[in-house]
Amino acid sequence: MPPSPAIIAEPGQDSTLVLNMGPQHPSTHGVLRLVLEIDGETVVRLRPEIGYLHTGIEKTCEAKFYQQVVPLTDRIDYLCPMTNNLTYCLAVEKLLGLEIPPKAQWMRVLMNELTRINSHLVWLGTHAMDLGAMTVFLYCFREREDILRFFEMISGQRMMTSYFRIGGLALEPPIGFFEKLKKFADRFPGNVDEYEGLLTGNPIFLMRTKGVAKLSAEDAIALGACGPTLRGSGVDIDLRRDAPYTGYENFKFKVPVATEGDVFARYVCRVQELRESIGIVQQALAGMPEGPVKADAPKVVLPDREKMKTQMEALIYHFKIITEGFTVPAGEVYQAVESPRGEMGYYIVSDGSAKPYRVHMRGPSYANLQTLAKMCEGYLIADVIAAIGSIDVVLGDIDR
Amino acid sequence: MPLAPPITDIEQLKSHPALQRILGWKPEVITSVKFDREELTIWVDKVFIREVCALLRDDRTCPFNYLADLTCVDWYPSEPRFEVVYHLLSIPQKERVRLKVRLDGGSPAIESVTSVWPSANYYEREAFDLFGVRFTGHPNLKRIMMPDDWEGHPLRKDYPVEGYR
Repeated sequence: MPPSPAIIAEPGQDSTLVLNMGPQHPSTHGVLRLVLEIDGETVVRLRPEIGYLHTGIEKTCEAKFYQQVVPLTDRIDYLCPMTNNLTYCLAVEKLLGLEIPPKAQWMRVLMNELTRINSHLVWLGTHAMDLGAMTVFLYCFREREDILRFFEMISGQRMMTSYFRIGGLALEPPIGFFEKLKKFADRFPGNVDEYEGLLTGNPIFLMRTKGVAKLSAEDAIALGACGPTLRGSGVDIDLRRDAPYTGYENFKFKVPVATEGDVFARYVCRVQELRESIGIVQQALAGMPEGPVKADAPKVVLPDREKMKTQMEALIYHFKIITEGFTVPAGEVYQAVESPRGEMGYYIVSDGSAKPYRVHMRGPSYANLQTLAKMCEGYLIADVIAAIGSIDVVLGDIDR
Repeated sequence: MPLAPPITDIEQLKSHPALQRILGWKPEVITSVKFDREELTIWVDKVFIREVCALLRDDRTCPFNYLADLTCVDWYPSEPRFEVVYHLLSIPQKERVRLKVRLDGGSPAIESVTSVWPSANYYEREAFDLFGVRFTGHPNLKRIMMPDDWEGHPLRKDYPVEGYR
């Protein structure tokens, strides 16, 4: 691959210099390349160059059965695998017209909020480390480790969980899972106080974040920002509250909004979300309904292992789903979910066969990255680092 | 819940703000409509797509001010081959609508909506890169995912999964 032209300066602009940041720069959070045109220390123009992680997942999906796509979705936004699973499963269930039992819905909410905490902890740790606060990283990863253990307990995997399946969940949660989670949920607000104690009043952190990389509400909407990046600019939207899915209408939570539109505002929104999320986890634990975790749809949902070994019918269905997949009525849906980074949308087109005709993922990081140029122009190079951290991009989600 | 049959009768769907707005402006730009699985799709004449988008964005009662997604579907080998799909969201009213435009396979081209929503920039570049649909008036229509010297458009249905050998 020949290097793409790095020079964006027009002739005659001798005072500016073109600087290449990334794709192997530690604070670009993956393989993001930024081409900066700088005048001294000031950024005149910024252009993100992406595509280094492009793996063609959308193309791969078209060659798989519907149920085989679920593990692929984990690998898109690898910091919130369950949110990806959820969006995909909801979209296919909408195509099928499938009803999900209440326990599966509540488990989905519970795991989804744990995923949000997990993702925000990685963001908080790395964002603070980019700005020179090393300790926060260690604190955040301590709690993240606990959450990854919960993921391992419930699905057998720490990161690529594939726990949600079309029609419900893969497995019942194991014995003792809820008790351990309850202990964690009781302890966690204290941990958030610890992070806030290190950062929120820290004068160095405030100097690096307040009034830096500002984005107005109009620009945020026009440039397609979503999630905490949009809420940090004062736009009050959260799909969990405004377009509830998978039973979010049963939960009470606040949507943190800040109006300043700077790096600190986005920090405040995310840290408040940590507290709201653990509140939702507590509510889900308190009101967890009893019942099955899989929908009653033998042609779509794999039978339990035990049934498969004892009942002829179940064995036949198992064989048919594995070898031929299941057909989905023709049509199309766009399912949007509030991921830790914003609106994650799956657009699925079905032609009535067992494989999706087209799967398109609308990545929140892809949308948020477009705002970076607007945010950084006129600020210093060091502020670019703060800005990248504040929009919380995941390159797997951008390049797909 | 069993699936309800899709509604394609424009009279029954008139109450949707987006449809109402377009019908009040130029009813002839609508080729067809479909309401399926709680989602409204409007097929629009390709010549008017930018004007329709600007119209919906500037609506007073229900402004579709946010472009949630823009992508493309390849219906090879049938004609018209491509469908460009716009998912719009109204942040104040929390309404959604899907606009679709059909394009011929020969040299698919459509007017860019970057002047309506600057956020269309990356989405249109992606559709150009992976499907080969040209967006006229786009400020920087270059490949975004694939290398600049790549041949072919990978998400087209006639492009082999393992690439050209």
